[in-house]
Amino acid sequence: MTKVPERVDPIAAELSRLCEHAVSTLPATGAGLSVMTRDIQLGLLAAADPVSERLEELQFVLGEGPCVDAIAEGRPVLVPNLAAGPPRWPVYAEAVLDAGMKAVFAFPLQIGAARLGVIDFFRAGPGQFSGIELKQAFAFADEAVAILLDGGIGGEAQPIAGPIELFQAQGMVMVQLGGTLAEAMARIRAYAYAENRRLSNIAHDIVARTLRFDRDG
Amino acid sequence: MTTVSAERLSKIFVEVADTLVDDFDLYDFLQMVTVRTASLVGASTVGLLLADQRGTLRFMAASDEQTRILEAFQVQSSEGPCIDAYRTAEPVLTADLRKAAGRWPEFTRHALDAGFRSVHTFPMRVRQEVIGALNVFGNEIGGNFDDTDVQIVQALTDVAAIGLLQERLVRRGEVLTEQLQSALNSRIVIEQAKGAIAQAQGVSIDAAFNTLRGYARRNNRKLTEVAREVLGSPGALAALSET
Repeated sequence: MTKVPERVDPIAAELSRLCEHAVSTLPATGAGLSVMTRDIQLGLLAAADPVSERLEELQFVLGEGPCVDAIAEGRPVLVPNLAAGPPRWPVYAEAVLDAGMKAVFAFPLQIGAARLGVIDFFRAGPGQFSGIELKQAFAFADEAVAILLDGGIGGEAQPIAGPIELFQAQGMVMVQLGGTLAEAMARIRAYAYAENRRLSNIAHDIVARTLRFDRDG
Repeated sequence: MTTVSAERLSKIFVEVADTLVDDFDLYDFLQMVTVRTASLVGASTVGLLLADQRGTLRFMAASDEQTRILEAFQVQSSEGPCIDAYRTAEPVLTADLRKAAGRWPEFTRHALDAGFRSVHTFPMRVRQEVIGALNVFGNEIGGNFDDTDVQIVQALTDVAAIGLLQERLVRRGEVLTEQLQSALNSRIVIEQAKGAIAQAQGVSIDAAFNTLRGYARRNNRKLTEVAREVLGSPGALAALSET
């Protein structure tokens, strides 16, 4: 299992708080969050409590689990009852059930092709999230994405929902910087924050080629 | 007499049934629905919006991806017939767009700018829920629609919605959520790829999309797959310029 480097600790603290907040808001017994590190490996970053931490970690140790699938497939993996139906992750499911959890809901933290990590919610009681609870869960995932991107530059973490121009701009800036999609979005957002301009506005300028970003900029 | 060809219609149903297989890609499926519906209803451009987890309609796929046309779809996240159809679960039929400015000023402006003269919108209904809307823009007033055509396109829209559930997993609401999220994310991947190609090749977004789609078609590959690959490495991005 990859160890997360120490310099991201302030973000880790913020994300642990997010996990705790999620547990008190949602009908969830636990929450854990893992990130993709540079060598394309998932590593544990934050958790609401020790049990969540262990269950989160276990997925990489075993190489299987809803969060592994969620990040690989780029879609949420929602399992309201691990004990029902054909076992998708036999070894992992047994460990989760042993720990007293029956349900797992994994949400990839992603913006298009930019895969940042995954957040998992665990439940002692089986059952789906209701429509409203699902919305809240997605909102926590969105917040986690924003925190990961912005690295705590301050202000409220705005979720990444945008006009399609924003994602086109993201692709363009990725090539301008010669970096990753995540870096591109972080730069665009940092610029928006510093200049106090709307993201859609900036995206428009980037696509119109009146604004560009360079490595040293 | 209906303007919709019965033969073409039956072909579409067969194609929908064929796509309900393991290798199912929701974005590809929705894109196919828009293209087939456009060929079914003469002189039209068809697009589809799905509701995200916040209940906001998001553009998903269209039979024509030119920027001006996409704007007429995208504006409907905040205003337009798709929102009405989504909320009322009923078709919204506008034979003459020039008369719609009072109802949807922003949307009407974009739609007229894109050259459209009519719009017929159909809610996508899955069991008790409305999950999105299908939009048929016509280049002429009236849009080549009579009452039978309206029924047929609504039926087609409902069939497309069923295509989201993959038969045996129909009972599980989680699958729908998972697939919708995957499809919404696919749209973002495509837009990111358009931007990357536009920047790398020094061309417009529309030209970038044509390059992407041309490459996918020539190599018989899924659009989102190629888009991901292009975004994954500078090498793959460069390879696109080579025919």
